[in-house]
Amino acid sequence: MSNASIEAYARALFEIAQAEGNIDTVENELFRMARAFESNELLRNTLSDATIPADRRQSVVEQLLGGKASNTTAQLVSLVVGSGHSRDLPAIIDTLVKRASSEKKLEVAEVRSAVGLSDDQQKRLAAALTKATGKQVNLKVVIDPTVMGGLVATVGDEVIDDTVRTRLEQLKSRI
Amino acid sequence: MIIQVVALLASEDPTVTHHWLLPETAEIIYGGLSSLIVFGLLYKFAGPAAKKALSARTERIQKELDGAAEARSKSESEAADIRTALGDVEVERSRLLAEADTQAAALIIDGRERIANEVANLETKAAADLVAARGRGADELRAEIALLASLATPAVVQATLTDQTKQELIESFIASVGASR
Repeated sequence: MSNASIEAYARALFEIAQAEGNIDTVENELFRMARAFESNELLRNTLSDATIPADRRQSVVEQLLGGKASNTTAQLVSLVVGSGHSRDLPAIIDTLVKRASSEKKLEVAEVRSAVGLSDDQQKRLAAALTKATGKQVNLKVVIDPTVMGGLVATVGDEVIDDTVRTRLEQLKSRI
Repeated sequence: MIIQVVALLASEDPTVTHHWLLPETAEIIYGGLSSLIVFGLLYKFAGPAAKKALSARTERIQKELDGAAEARSKSESEAADIRTALGDVEVERSRLLAEADTQAAALIIDGRERIANEVANLETKAAADLVAARGRGADELRAEIALLASLATPAVVQATLTDQTKQELIESFIASVGASR
């Protein structure tokens, strides 16, 4: 799918979510869905398999998100999967999140952590990243066990990495 | 006088002499005169020729003697040359033998030196190969240790990362990022 198409889908989903009045919730849920899609190969292959009928794939989405996400989120993901653009789901959602953040004059700050962060930690982290980058940030926490410990924050093109994984990689290189 | 002579001759037997040994006086006189004449003629006419012949013979004999002496001298000279040549051959032979001995000695020295150099080179190369092999072995050992360490380290670290440690790492990150500007 071209960037223009991804942008068009993101804009459409954003406007639907905004019209529904729950853009913040939908944005967060979509963001988590995109990361789950990226990290889960089985889910990615199932939703991207053109041999599986679209309604079957949509029912998988509804079963997956049912009760765990808002209806708007489930419907938006189902819409993308049904249109046969599952492979572009992360890119569409990331564009949507950027757009939503931009509307609020915020910069998306994707933070990866091995464990979940408390609300207090998220607030302090957002404040620290704002101070470090000079930008108001829209914090998105991704639970990623591969980082092992510590955090890696990506704000725009800037990456602040202090994870155990990276330190181990550096150690391996030195060895 | 002629008549007297003829008469005398006619009066005597010509086949008998007065003496059993000596001829008649006239015969002695005639014979003597004739002999003198003959000898005189011989001396006058045949003497020079005989003298010349003798002189020529003497000269020929002298020439032959000179030739023989010359031949002898030449032969002696050739003999001397041959002896000299033989001496030269002996000297040349000695020189060649000496030269061959010198070359053989030089070859032996050169061969020994070359062999010594080759042995030294082989020893140096063997030592270098040994050092390189030792280095390779050490490198391979280090690589193996590094590989094992790199494989073991994540597991060890993962085992030591408790929830508390993870929270401390998060707090450390927040603190360091907040303090960065």
